[in-house]
Amino acid sequence: MSEHQHGHSHDHDHDHSELSETELRVRALETILTEKGYVDPAALDILIETYETKVGPRNGARVVAKAWTDPAYRARLLQDATAAIAELGYTGRQGEHIVAVENTPATHNMVVCTLCSCYPWPVLGLPPVWYKSAPYRSRAVKEPRAVLADFGVTLPDDTAIRVWDSTAEIRYLVIPMRPDGTEGFTEDQLADLVTRDSMIGTGVAQPPAENS
Amino acid sequence: MDGAHDMGGMDGFGPVVPEANEPLFHAAWERRAFALTLAMARPGGWNLDMTRFARENRSPLDYLSKSYYQIWLAGLERLMAERGLVTSDEIAAARPLHPRRDVAALSADDAAPMLARGAPTERPAPAPAHFAIGDRVRARNIHPHTHTRLPRYVRGHVGVVELVHGAHIFPDSHALGAGEQPQWLYTVTFDGRELWGDDCDPSLRISVDAWESYLEPVR
Repeated sequence: MSEHQHGHSHDHDHDHSELSETELRVRALETILTEKGYVDPAALDILIETYETKVGPRNGARVVAKAWTDPAYRARLLQDATAAIAELGYTGRQGEHIVAVENTPATHNMVVCTLCSCYPWPVLGLPPVWYKSAPYRSRAVKEPRAVLADFGVTLPDDTAIRVWDSTAEIRYLVIPMRPDGTEGFTEDQLADLVTRDSMIGTGVAQPPAENS
Repeated sequence: MDGAHDMGGMDGFGPVVPEANEPLFHAAWERRAFALTLAMARPGGWNLDMTRFARENRSPLDYLSKSYYQIWLAGLERLMAERGLVTSDEIAAARPLHPRRDVAALSADDAAPMLARGAPTERPAPAPAHFAIGDRVRARNIHPHTHTRLPRYVRGHVGVVELVHGAHIFPDSHALGAGEQPQWLYTVTFDGRELWGDDCDPSLRISVDAWESYLEPVR
């Protein structure tokens, strides 16, 4: 097997000899599990399809857009996020106990799981590679402003940083600040401005396009 | 356990490298490993905490040299081997060599309901909570060799109870098959300088979610 040429900072390994070894191992496992009757191939398809097509950050964006436009909903979201998010139909695995935290000019919230990859699946889908990576998990709790710089985000010096390390089954959703110039926007228009990273706290919501 | 998975505050891993337009899976095998892991929890009968311990309980060299879904795969293989569901000689042979165990597979009909149900961890409280919002608490200096969810970087440090979440399944016992043993769960918030010293950003506050037995009162 050839040596690794790109290290392990990314999940996707470009070393094709190792990739094929893992690929073969997974295929062997799937064959064994299927032939033994431990897994139903149709169930596997449903599990994959759910996270590839149904559950993703668009769900969270709808939650945020509603919170921006509906003060009563925002209050319910901050009081009991699990219930408020369930109102929109987003429930289930890795979202059993959700807490929403709100960014303000005074405080910027950021979420990490230093121990593994805890992440609110029903509202954000499966986490990106960087969220699960050693650099993010090690540095987010110690030098979050430097981590934000890696994302091209610079906060005002007088904005305090609040990091939530998700070490239990509590999952956190950041409500980013609503961009200026969005008065009169519909929920759908606002949801388009809510990025995945803005709901983790490594980004901010997009400003509206100039011609919209 | 004080393993390589407990990464909070470690130096030397380099910058965070976000990937533009990142795909959900980077290879076909990742997609399969993800689905097999979710599907095997039903016939395997293990819980989330056992899954985490099976992933993290390995040498630092092994943990750090595996990609994320390779760790999932290694954890799944360990859990299956421990229960005699699939053995290493079968994986090497790429076919079944031993009789199947009598366990129920996840059916296609129950896959979506299983995801929708999730696995809530809140339980009736066994006793009144020892701590309340605003209490000062110290994270105990504990180093169990088995699974724990108290990260190293807060141990011995003083924080303030910010949220009380009710009683939840205790992962340290649950990971070992020793039962749910629910305990009160708190969000405890630390000043950055308490954890990282005076050079830390003075505005920084960091919280962890900590079970009651992880904490001791500070007068």
